[in-house]
Amino acid sequence: MSAVAAEGVWKFYGDYPALRDVILHAEPGACLALIGRNGAGKTTLLRIIGGFSKAGRGQVRIFGNDPRDTETRRRVGWIGHGISVYDELSALENLSLFGRLYNLPDPQKSAMEWLERTGLERVKDGLVREFSRGMRQRLAVARAFLHQPSVLLLDEPFTALDDRAIAVLQRLLREALAEGRTVVMSTHQLREALELATHVALLNRGKIAFHGARTPQMLADPGWVYAHYDEA
Amino acid sequence: MDFLRQTLVIARKDLRAELRTKEAINAALAFSIVILVLFSFAFDPGEQETVEMSGGLLWIVFAFAGTLVLNRSFAREVPNDCLDALVAAPISGAALFLGKALANFVLVIAVELVSLPVFGIFYNVHWTGQIWSLLLVLALGTWGLTVIGTIFSALTVNIRLRELMAPLLVYPMLIPALMSAMKLTMDLIAGKPLGGEDEVWLRLLVAFDVIFTALSLVLLETVLVG
Repeated sequence: MSAVAAEGVWKFYGDYPALRDVILHAEPGACLALIGRNGAGKTTLLRIIGGFSKAGRGQVRIFGNDPRDTETRRRVGWIGHGISVYDELSALENLSLFGRLYNLPDPQKSAMEWLERTGLERVKDGLVREFSRGMRQRLAVARAFLHQPSVLLLDEPFTALDDRAIAVLQRLLREALAEGRTVVMSTHQLREALELATHVALLNRGKIAFHGARTPQMLADPGWVYAHYDEA
Repeated sequence: MDFLRQTLVIARKDLRAELRTKEAINAALAFSIVILVLFSFAFDPGEQETVEMSGGLLWIVFAFAGTLVLNRSFAREVPNDCLDALVAAPISGAALFLGKALANFVLVIAVELVSLPVFGIFYNVHWTGQIWSLLLVLALGTWGLTVIGTIFSALTVNIRLRELMAPLLVYPMLIPALMSAMKLTMDLIAGKPLGGEDEVWLRLLVAFDVIFTALSLVLLETVLVG
């Protein structure tokens, strides 16, 4: 069974088809890099996979289930364009809050563990609004990994990250992949993404232009997929 | 059990965030007191007519002040895309709604309880005569206001002019609850106990609360995700 499967997904904004008959699969333990130019439909597709919006036609399944099922949501971690943590709460309060929402056995302990893993343990009681951008991004990463999700959905995860946050995220993603978790990430940072990816999907104007295994050729030349499969 | 726990987690989170910034509660409290004081200059506190209409005036002030709190309910989730994290979390829309509604209820009722003595002083109204009945009406009316305000806060969260749109949608929906609360409050201030011909208004208020709470619990998921 695929960890993530999109079957004939269409999405319309008014009459405009933002996604057109998208068929996509990511097997357990795979890392799928979803690439494409601005407006190609990457975020729209990720949001449908994450259960934030519904497909106009077709369906998305995560381990065979609807993304909106409560048990499915427990198995998914999400990093979107925003950091999705509260400015008015401290780092520890934020992670404890999400630990409770995900019904972790000891939310406080899990929160502390992830603050340490992301290098934020010394500022655990600091309010997020006082954090630097890099610290906020690392906290967002900790929030997404906190409940040990089987599937990680990452929308432009490397954008606006400082070097340290990129290193933290890459390390955590490598560990997650080694543990058999599935990663689907949309990105413009081809080099960073292709280093991690086992598979690549190229979206062009809402359609899948390429979907297959990442080859050494792609790693040597990150623009190779665009050069061969992306229509102008 | 999970439902109750998640509801309380959401309510506690909203209350903690609001008590740290005090953005909504300060605005609502200031608005409520200023309007009550300003209106008191327009009406003669000694007039019987003023006393008779003061219940209605009180609820208009509560409704406007309450909107300042309720508008912020889901708008608070917009910065940093926090709403995405809540929608992605394994909690039901009903628990999310109820948690937010409970936090809003506590904030709005706090504003009302502080405003009541100000109202009593400036309008020369003896509001403590039927205090328990008045508190019951206050709680029922405020719950109705909170439920409608919370669900419309969710509905308008992604609209650019949400501060304008939410009140435009909320007030027409609130008419039955406001009419009931006004009528009951006017009678209680006049010294009439609950019951008798007022019972129909009390039933209307309870029915409003029950129906719109049930609808909101069912509909929030659809409102947020489609």
